[in-house]
Amino acid sequence: MVTEIRASNLGVCYGDIRIWKDINLEITEPGLVGILGPNGVGKSTFMYTLNKILEPTEGDVTIGGKNVKELDYKDLAKIMAYVPQQSNETFAMSVLDTVLMGRYPISGFTTAEEDVKVATRCLKMMGITDLAMRNFNELSAGQHQKVMIARGLAQEPQILMLDEPTANLDIYHQIYVMKLLRDIAKEKNIIVLVICHDLNVASRFADRLILLSRGKIVADGPSKDVITAENIKQVYNMDSEVLMVDDRPYVIYHVDESIEMGQDTRYVNATEFQKKEHK
Amino acid sequence: MRYVMNFRGIIENIKGRASLSKTLVRAEGESDEEFVYREYKVARRSKLLFIFFFVLLFFILVGYKITLGEYDISFGDVYATIWKHITGTLDPSSAKEMMDDNVVWQQRMPRVLTAILVGIGLAAAGSAMQSMMKNPLADPYTTGISSGALFGATLAMTVGLYIVGGYYGRVLNAFIFALVPAIFIVMLSRWKKPSPAMMILVGIAIMYIFNAFQSYMMLRADPNSASAVFTWSVGSIGMTTWDQLPIIAVISIMGFAALFLMTRTLNALNSGDAYAKSLGINVDRVRIICLILISVVAAGIVSFTGIIGFIGLVSPHIARIFVGSDNRILLPSSALLGACMMLICDIVGFLIIGATLQIGIVTAMIGGPIFMIILIAQQKEVW
Repeated sequence: MVTEIRASNLGVCYGDIRIWKDINLEITEPGLVGILGPNGVGKSTFMYTLNKILEPTEGDVTIGGKNVKELDYKDLAKIMAYVPQQSNETFAMSVLDTVLMGRYPISGFTTAEEDVKVATRCLKMMGITDLAMRNFNELSAGQHQKVMIARGLAQEPQILMLDEPTANLDIYHQIYVMKLLRDIAKEKNIIVLVICHDLNVASRFADRLILLSRGKIVADGPSKDVITAENIKQVYNMDSEVLMVDDRPYVIYHVDESIEMGQDTRYVNATEFQKKEHK
Repeated sequence: MRYVMNFRGIIENIKGRASLSKTLVRAEGESDEEFVYREYKVARRSKLLFIFFFVLLFFILVGYKITLGEYDISFGDVYATIWKHITGTLDPSSAKEMMDDNVVWQQRMPRVLTAILVGIGLAAAGSAMQSMMKNPLADPYTTGISSGALFGATLAMTVGLYIVGGYYGRVLNAFIFALVPAIFIVMLSRWKKPSPAMMILVGIAIMYIFNAFQSYMMLRADPNSASAVFTWSVGSIGMTTWDQLPIIAVISIMGFAALFLMTRTLNALNSGDAYAKSLGINVDRVRIICLILISVVAAGIVSFTGIIGFIGLVSPHIARIFVGSDNRILLPSSALLGACMMLICDIVGFLIIGATLQIGIVTAMIGGPIFMIILIAQQKEVW
């Protein structure tokens, strides 16, 4: 059975700045769910509220029918795994030890053979088995990202959340990772939430897309309903043409050389919105 | 510079020999899982080998340290005497055995045990502190513990303000005031989440306040008590007796054990707060518990010995070069190394000047250059 995510009237403020308000969302079907939106719209914040890294200012989140507020961090860790956007290791361990960290909620004080085997399988999925004994700090940004995804997989969660997992990857690995995540979602019957900036990669692989802009959900549904020229214009202030490739939308941007900083919709409307929604 | 390079070469050489992972060849038909598990086991074994080496070094240092002094006793006799004392097989009719026992057990052992316990406590607290704060410069005194202790001791020794009289007046004063920064952070955490930076800054702020008051008291104090305060502040291990040792032992060993139980959590904290929370760790609570433990250990030690610097800072870094950053292995290794470093400093101090040299001076004199050599020589980015 799928562990469902429900958010009702969710709102978050950072101090006086409101990020979003009245987010109502239900994710009840397994599959790869992409979260899209411009920089600073609160995509990562949305993930944080789901697994209690951040307590929402108002509203509720329920995971598998239980309110997150009443769940312990420990209980949540057994259900959800989170893959951060950037690595933040001060004293780096070996790649294998880093991936084994993902076994924290499941395994005991000492590392069992089973844990190492699960970790190795995850490394293998990401194609980095040969890096197992290398020091994490010696790797490139793309390799870090692969290790962190492997670490998330090693947690064997019912809900997997990844914050821009493909940001540092080359196009081959972007596509590989998205395909892998979609297949894992299908195979294990789990929800995989992914924050993504590449509309075409997201469109090609996600079962459902959620487009955030200016503090609310602009569009939500299968990629052909979300990736439209109107939505792209409204959210990113970019002119584009949307073709259908393999029955999925494919965006061709019309690059305007006169593009200037501060012309995207977030900046144009942000102050007005934030003023209105002041806490 | 050549010696520095050599030092690096030696370490890399030892590491290369102990860790066979580079030469590990995959057996025919061996799966990825089996091969990586074998690599993992070899790496773990090489780390345990280092711990074994440190244990060996430790026992050699203990034996050698006890041989040093006016009364001549051989390395073999030291351990023979310790063995006989523990098993109760001393021969009361042998004057030499009784004399050996007296020298080893009554005169020299308290100092050696103090050195060991201080080393274990400070190094364990240091390595926990560095992981918890995600800061390679953190040491057990970072949050203002040493200045608090010094203030407390000064209060007892110059102004005569203490809760209980006598020797323990000073100790208790130092202990209580050393805990002030930690208590302040705990109280503050009720309405503000304690980030590592905040913990350090609160410590620094309290340090300045304590230092100002301490300087004032020193200026107003008579020269004798001022001199006594100064001597205390440098840190010495020569004054502890068998009566005080159990207290230091409980603080140091229990603190070490408690911190050891937190090592897996400390590993997770190392990957950042957001990720640690997603692994099921109540980061704010863990940080507070850890801070309290570290403060109690460091304050307990400081209040008996005075401020012994560098052990808590340097031991974890040296241990990290050999065993890596997994706190489950790092913490015990650096504790062991801390004990060894205390013994080495005590031995060096004795060989140069004699038993009267304050160990705090030696640890800083030796620890400083060693730390610098490690920083310059390290090839891999361990931190």
